[in-house]
Amino acid sequence: MLYREAGDFKTSYEADGQTFPIRLDRRGYYAILVMALAVVPFVLNDYWVNAVFLPFLIYAIAALGLNILTGYCGQVSLGTGGFMAVGAYSVYKLMTAFPEISIAIHVVLAGLITALVGVLFGLPSLRIKGFYLAVATLAAQFFLVWLFNRVPWFYNYSASGQISAPERTLLGYRITGPETQAWAVYLFCLVFLVASAWIARNLTRGSVGRKWMAIRDMDIAAEIIGVNPLTAKLSAFAVSSFFVGISGALFFAVYLGAVEVGEAFGINKSFLVLFMIIIGGLGSIFGSFAGAAFMVLMPVFLKNVLVGGLGWPTDLAAHLEFMIVGALIILFLVLEPHGLAQLWRMTKEKLRLWPFPH
Amino acid sequence: MPDQLLFAIEVTLNGLMAGVLYALVALGFVLIFKASGIFNYAQGVMALFAALTLVGIMEGQVPFEHLINVTFGTEIHGFGWEVPALLAILLTMVVMVLFAWAVNWIVLRHLVNQEPIILFMATIGLAYFLEGLGDMMWGSDIKTLDVGLPQGINTWIDETTFNAFGYGFFIDNLDLVATLIAILLVAALVAFSQYTKQGRALRAVADDHQAALSVGISLNFIWVLTWSIAGFVALVAGIMWGAKSGVQFSLSLIALKALPVLMLGGFTSIPGAIVGGLIIGVGEKLFEFLIGPLVGGATENWFAYVLALIFLVFRPQGLFGEKIIERV
Repeated sequence: MLYREAGDFKTSYEADGQTFPIRLDRRGYYAILVMALAVVPFVLNDYWVNAVFLPFLIYAIAALGLNILTGYCGQVSLGTGGFMAVGAYSVYKLMTAFPEISIAIHVVLAGLITALVGVLFGLPSLRIKGFYLAVATLAAQFFLVWLFNRVPWFYNYSASGQISAPERTLLGYRITGPETQAWAVYLFCLVFLVASAWIARNLTRGSVGRKWMAIRDMDIAAEIIGVNPLTAKLSAFAVSSFFVGISGALFFAVYLGAVEVGEAFGINKSFLVLFMIIIGGLGSIFGSFAGAAFMVLMPVFLKNVLVGGLGWPTDLAAHLEFMIVGALIILFLVLEPHGLAQLWRMTKEKLRLWPFPH
Repeated sequence: MPDQLLFAIEVTLNGLMAGVLYALVALGFVLIFKASGIFNYAQGVMALFAALTLVGIMEGQVPFEHLINVTFGTEIHGFGWEVPALLAILLTMVVMVLFAWAVNWIVLRHLVNQEPIILFMATIGLAYFLEGLGDMMWGSDIKTLDVGLPQGINTWIDETTFNAFGYGFFIDNLDLVATLIAILLVAALVAFSQYTKQGRALRAVADDHQAALSVGISLNFIWVLTWSIAGFVALVAGIMWGAKSGVQFSLSLIALKALPVLMLGGFTSIPGAIVGGLIIGVGEKLFEFLIGPLVGGATENWFAYVLALIFLVFRPQGLFGEKIIERV
């Protein structure tokens, strides 16, 4: 049968607890994975990679990270841009200091460094809650951006104050620098995204994730039943910052190539990633993907329709984009506070019973 | 007196003046937060929008002129009249009341009883929308706002202090006027909430929504009223900042300056907003003056946040905030 649990017999606990319990879902997932890994790289061109795929892949990692902190652990953070900057500058310092080590290792190390910084800025969360914490994370945002702007050591005393990624290869293919192959950078980011999603999914359904969710739902009650708020909150900050740092590193090294910190990692970036997880759905892995895809595709779509189709000047289109983003955020919060993920969930529920819902 | 000390005093005075302006923005936040429990991130953009509207009305701009020209191929450039400042301020106030009404009917009515954090995010959406709307209505170029406030160095203070200490303090007339207006505004707000019927209703709603509802206070009316007052405060802040540094996008960033003020003073306290504003104003100016040169300057961007953060770790509800009592 189509989209049914009936007849799909589970004979072990592992099979019972898997992420995609319905056979069609599971096959769809593998099909998408095969498509993304084996088909898309052959049909890509530069425009698609730079306008759609790379931003989507990189923002999806950042959204996963923020979703762990905000969606699963309930700690609202407005410092995502700052933490992405930490990832970017760590990978830059590592790349220039140890050119002989593979860039993949540098990206992971950059994630670890960001995790440390995240834990540091997560410490106040033990005392401060709610709005106060949201505003407090802005301290991280502004302080980190200022730090990277003002301390020349971070940008290797370059005259412009910018950082630009040196040329690096992985398995003989150029990943960073001016002349890269579209499919190589695409695959590089995709591997990181798939790995991040896999880690995130398995963390959030294990004991760590349950502790986070207990803290989110009611921290005092969670403390009483034996969840240690210190380790739960700080681990959420660490894991979240790890992903955000990786995405920042990729954003700088692979996507942009050269970065001016205030422009690339300003507060608007923090809001952008926050919008992604609101529109996608708080506390959902799928939601992080959906939100990232939505927020990356919408400007491209609007630009093509308004500037390309209707012939509007770009500044008007930019203003309208602001209005549409704002209106959409409100619309989503009013109509479906749990975001695209909830819509997807409801569709699946309906599909399961279709065509005889009673 | 040694020069360094004189400089420090001058910096402190200027910090106090800046602090008054921060407090003015923070006040708008506190008002809305108290009355409806909404943390209104859009307050800064409201100030920008109010200032843009004021300039637009004064100069007789046609709203959406760029959009109309592009869509219909016309060549409209303003109505060709100029509106006197006072009338323009009144008209802008009407626009802000309409805006308050629209926000309540289109957005907030549907979000009653949602979690505070959802409401907060809705106001971020509102901020984005309003920013786009303001630019689309009035254009995004930098405008000068001149409603006839005195500007430039205050020569009287300069001369008096020069005669007394041998060093003239530089204090802007505009800052003095802003301080005066802010004091008047706070006095008016306090009088309004203490001595008028609507003011009492407002405090009742702030105290307990349901109890207020049960004695016959219209929540809708009170919320429109609060947002209108916040719109008015935003307008005043917009005029002050606009006269100081022009009406442009960066005006909306004063909201970000007001946030640490709120954290320091507590989200629910009007005196807290004022004292917090003064502390932040003086603190960041003095820090920039004393420590700034050692670490590369431009510390004003983050100092207020870090100060508020450190402060909060020791007193999570802020200076004057209500004690946080948590129950399971």
